[in-house]
Amino acid sequence: MSILVIAEHDNASLIGATLNTVTAAQQIGGNIDLLVAGNSCSEAAKAASEVVGISRVLHADDTSLEGQLAENMADLIVSLASNYTHVLAAATTFGKNFMPRAAALLDVSQISEISEVVSADTFVRPVYAGNAMAKVQSSDSIKLITVRTTKFEAAAETGGTAAIETISAAADTQMSRFIGLSTSVSERVELTSAAIVISGGRGMQNGENFHMLDSVADKLGAAVGASRAAVDAGFVPNDYQVGQTGKVIAPDLYIAVGISGAIQHLAGMKDSKTIVAINKDSEAPIFQVADYGLVADLFEAVPELDQAL
Amino acid sequence: MKVLVGVKRVLDPQVKARVKADKSGIDLTNAKMTMNPFCENAVEEAIRLREAGTIEEVVVLSVGAAKSEETLRNALALGADRAILVLTEDVLEPLAIAKIFKAIVAQESPDLVLVGKQAIDDECNQTGQMVSALLGWPQATFASKLEIVDGTAQVTREVDSGLETVNVNMPAVITADLRLNEPRYASLPNVMKAKRKPLEKIDIADLGLDTANRMTTIEVMEPPARASGVMVENVAELVEKLRNEAKVI
Repeated sequence: MSILVIAEHDNASLIGATLNTVTAAQQIGGNIDLLVAGNSCSEAAKAASEVVGISRVLHADDTSLEGQLAENMADLIVSLASNYTHVLAAATTFGKNFMPRAAALLDVSQISEISEVVSADTFVRPVYAGNAMAKVQSSDSIKLITVRTTKFEAAAETGGTAAIETISAAADTQMSRFIGLSTSVSERVELTSAAIVISGGRGMQNGENFHMLDSVADKLGAAVGASRAAVDAGFVPNDYQVGQTGKVIAPDLYIAVGISGAIQHLAGMKDSKTIVAINKDSEAPIFQVADYGLVADLFEAVPELDQAL
Repeated sequence: MKVLVGVKRVLDPQVKARVKADKSGIDLTNAKMTMNPFCENAVEEAIRLREAGTIEEVVVLSVGAAKSEETLRNALALGADRAILVLTEDVLEPLAIAKIFKAIVAQESPDLVLVGKQAIDDECNQTGQMVSALLGWPQATFASKLEIVDGTAQVTREVDSGLETVNVNMPAVITADLRLNEPRYASLPNVMKAKRKPLEKIDIADLGLDTANRMTTIEVMEPPARASGVMVENVAELVEKLRNEAKVI
């Protein structure tokens, strides 16, 4: 078996999801190469070479890979795919963007968001917002897979000494242009890698009230998240969203504040180790998945929690 | 200009999926079905583009069993001009659906293909990307804003780190995220009118495509259940339990 993992990075370092994807590749077994593609990403390639369990780092550096546009990324993957039995990427908005495109160009199906490796051709993946788990077997000669990162531990980030090989980018398709990325600046730990997350829902009433959660988060070293309702209402930016259509996370502690617990929100957090729900409605579905439930007005409970920490 | 919009009939998102006793799949017998929510955003965006005068015609396409006609009639009631239903009893993988889209695009020559970013049943998040690959068109996935300017599409994409903007040549494939727009409801007169709008049915065999699935579903299981939790009386008890019982703070 020979596996290509597509690294997600910010040019300087690897995004954590890459390390979980490497672990999924290790469970399939075989030689693992890591592709670091981008514009001016040699620092990320160096970081990739230190990941434990990697045979080689393939480093493609070209202006056409700025913003890792799906068209150019897919063509690059297609140019490499014949050397591999499996190609893996994290099921983040990064991997989800170009992997199906590469799969279609190779005339293979993609196995989306696997949560378990059963064997080299059989995988488990959640469907219906995590209300069912499907065990599927692929008959394609090359298996293109995206990985639900919360279901795999992170591979060790340092200690490896893989060789870095420079490779060429595919010809620029010039079909699309990367204009820019606007990120909400936060001093806090990132949502998908945080050990503790405190999220607010519609019950927060406005964006200003999210500062109450910020204060608790600072004391716990936690990240702040939100339900779709809170994002749709404009309380916080889209990158706060936890759920089927936002981020899927599994921290050690998840504190849901003023979140009712719609199916699509539960899909994004119900693998958390310990779940706390604070809601004034004792009938809210969030209590069905909570380890500790507190029926209370959040505007009293959250300041009290802040005091108690 | 013309837009081709893909729509899929799925289990209503408010209904909890139940695994069949024989583990062969999800029990959809008598279950409430509806248009996939992300497809509603795609239809809405197409109708808005027509209302703004950017495009002239909205054609909706679905692939599925005869009952998918309900979903297409719903799209027609929302304002689509005509519909195409490719009939198959099989549950096809996104790759096969993308091949069907390519065949219909060859017939219809749209300037834009709009689909939802994912279906809430199989959660593949593949079809739009695969359609654009097979057509050799650019793609813009997870769109929360779309503007058509000088023959290109300027798209704001919802990505994990924030909002990304790309500009793509047209024709292009764009996949809709939930904040692209607020879908409208169909009025009763429009529901009545939709019954008379043209709906073409094509048997999948007549397209002459290889739509064989590449994956076999071995079994569908219930997810592991969470142990039931406890209710605490107050914040002090909560903090005590988090410190001493769960040991997470």
